[in-house]
Amino acid sequence: MSETELEIDVDREEDADEETTSDEIAVETRDLSVWYGEDRALQDIDMKVPENKVTAMIGPSGCGKSTFLRCINRMNDRIDTCRVEGEVRFRGKNVYDDDVDPVALRRRIGMVFQKPNPFPKSIRENVAYGLKIQNKTDNLDESVETALRRAALWDEVKDQLDSSGLDLSGGQQQRLCIARAIAPDPEVILMDEPASALDPVATSQIEDLIEELARDYTVMVVTHNMQQAARISDKTAVFLTGGELVEFDDTKKIFENPDDQRVEDYITGKFG
Amino acid sequence: MSDDRLGITGEVASGDRRNERIVTRVLQGCAAVTIATTVAIFAVLLDNAFSFFYGQRLHEAVLGATLDQRVGVVEFITGTRWAPYHAFPDYGVLPLINGTLLITVGAAFISIPIGTATAIYLSEYASERVRGVLKPTLEVLAGIPTIVYGFFAISFITPVFVRPVFETLGFSVSFYNAFAGMVVVGIMTIPMVSSISEDAMSSVPDDLRNAAYGLGATKQEVSTQVVLPASISGILASYILAVSRAIGETMAVTLAAGHRSQMTLNPFVEIQTMTAYMVQMARGEAALGTVEYQSLFAVGLVLFLMTLSMNLLNDWVKRRYREVYR
Ligand SMILES: Nc1ncnc2c1ncn2[C@@H]1O[C@H](COP(=O)(O)OP(=O)(O)O)[C@@H](O)[C@H]1O
Ligand SMILES: [Mg+2]
Repeated sequence: MSETELEIDVDREEDADEETTSDEIAVETRDLSVWYGEDRALQDIDMKVPENKVTAMIGPSGCGKSTFLRCINRMNDRIDTCRVEGEVRFRGKNVYDDDVDPVALRRRIGMVFQKPNPFPKSIRENVAYGLKIQNKTDNLDESVETALRRAALWDEVKDQLDSSGLDLSGGQQQRLCIARAIAPDPEVILMDEPASALDPVATSQIEDLIEELARDYTVMVVTHNMQQAARISDKTAVFLTGGELVEFDDTKKIFENPDDQRVEDYITGKFG
Repeated sequence: MSDDRLGITGEVASGDRRNERIVTRVLQGCAAVTIATTVAIFAVLLDNAFSFFYGQRLHEAVLGATLDQRVGVVEFITGTRWAPYHAFPDYGVLPLINGTLLITVGAAFISIPIGTATAIYLSEYASERVRGVLKPTLEVLAGIPTIVYGFFAISFITPVFVRPVFETLGFSVSFYNAFAGMVVVGIMTIPMVSSISEDAMSSVPDDLRNAAYGLGATKQEVSTQVVLPASISGILASYILAVSRAIGETMAVTLAAGHRSQMTLNPFVEIQTMTAYMVQMARGEAALGTVEYQSLFAVGLVLFLMTLSMNLLNDWVKRRYREVYR
């Protein structure tokens, strides 16, 4: 596919029936650097994120994992002091090009946050919100149900769709947020430590869900829990303090036989 | 002391406790002053208003003084002519209430939309720099004495805006007119709406905005569909406060809208509000103890009840629309 064909817009019909091999790249960054004012948070990150796989980003706190994730769907635009250099290519198109509308971009790249953040609205309205603003309101109830099923929440909430999303437990709230993110059927799902605020049971439910989601979506998940990355991801990127991407490879390779000594040290718990 | 070795019965603890008690008493005393003042005002109003109707103050009546019916309560509440100085005086308070409500509703049509829009702009759109300029400006607007607003109305709003514009459109506009009063009270209460609403919107957690932006919502959608509903309690409170302020506003409306009590919805004629009447009366045009003079308290009582009901409404709204986010 040539670059000019790849307009970032809400309409994805054209590439819907296209054959995609498992090696297809969904997101690629080139020389991506980020500053907050004078402080540099990311240094020349080059990374190719494969389609329909789970890619984990690990590293010590403050190493730029969240910053990296926010570059992909341009949520960093919301931070006044944030400046981005380099490229983030989504299916070949640099999302920082002038003609890209971040609103349209975010409709194709969903996001789940660290702290569950359902709207103070009913469960149904939470899931339907993205569909409504994207005018995908045909068969709304059906779409809501599908999303809740995919998020493994349907059985727990099907009788209380009109009660507030805030009445759910933390783990349920996070699955509600996942349902909300996948309801409009994005292509990539970004997750920033989606289980860090949850108890072990809820965490393992989220982990199962992430593996499940990779059948249909490209999942990029930030975690500072190395076991979690090892369990759920196909690829792992290790960031270290200073915003450097030290190593990026198959998860198995990273955990069993990393090239970089610092990765070895980090994984074996020598620091971080 | 047998328990001394525990170290919890010594001097330090009891000294602290005494201080604590003193502080508590002082704070309670201050709170009591405000409550006592409110009760005293209400009592004086009620006491004197009674004499407007029955010739004796309430406490005198209770002590056994004979009543001398002057103005009927029903006449007062339902009468549509307010003419205390006329050869055939009438004490129907409706024209004054009409004047007050006319100004209040008109002012709300200005302060609520502009104040809300300003709040949304400040909270969701403005950059740090713009906010830094605009917020203090609004505070200056809020700090201008109301008499200055009144002069602004008669020296600018009426002659430069209301009269030229509406006379061209074929209305006849008198020098004192309700419209100027609406505009000036509307402007005065914008900062109240905007600053309280902005506080409410700014305290909506950014998590909620991120959730919506992350789904591909536009700024406008985030403002109206996420931030506004989540802060509705504070926004409604700001409206109620602004309305309450408009009801009680005195100097600006007295200057702008005038002293002719009439039962009208025409904004281009001179009207009189309850407060404007009270100014006129308190300036001493009537002798102490006369019915005209006592009418001051009856009207004051109505005004008090109106603002009190706004406060009660405010409490109800707060309970009904408690901040839903955490
Ligand atoms: N909004 C912000 N403004 C200024 N500096 C920030 C902001 N967000 C993150 N940073 C800084 O950028 C660096 C990377 O942060 P972050 O991406 O949150 O790391 P991580 O998610 O790996 O913990 C940190 O030094 C942090 O202090
Ligand atoms: Mg982070």
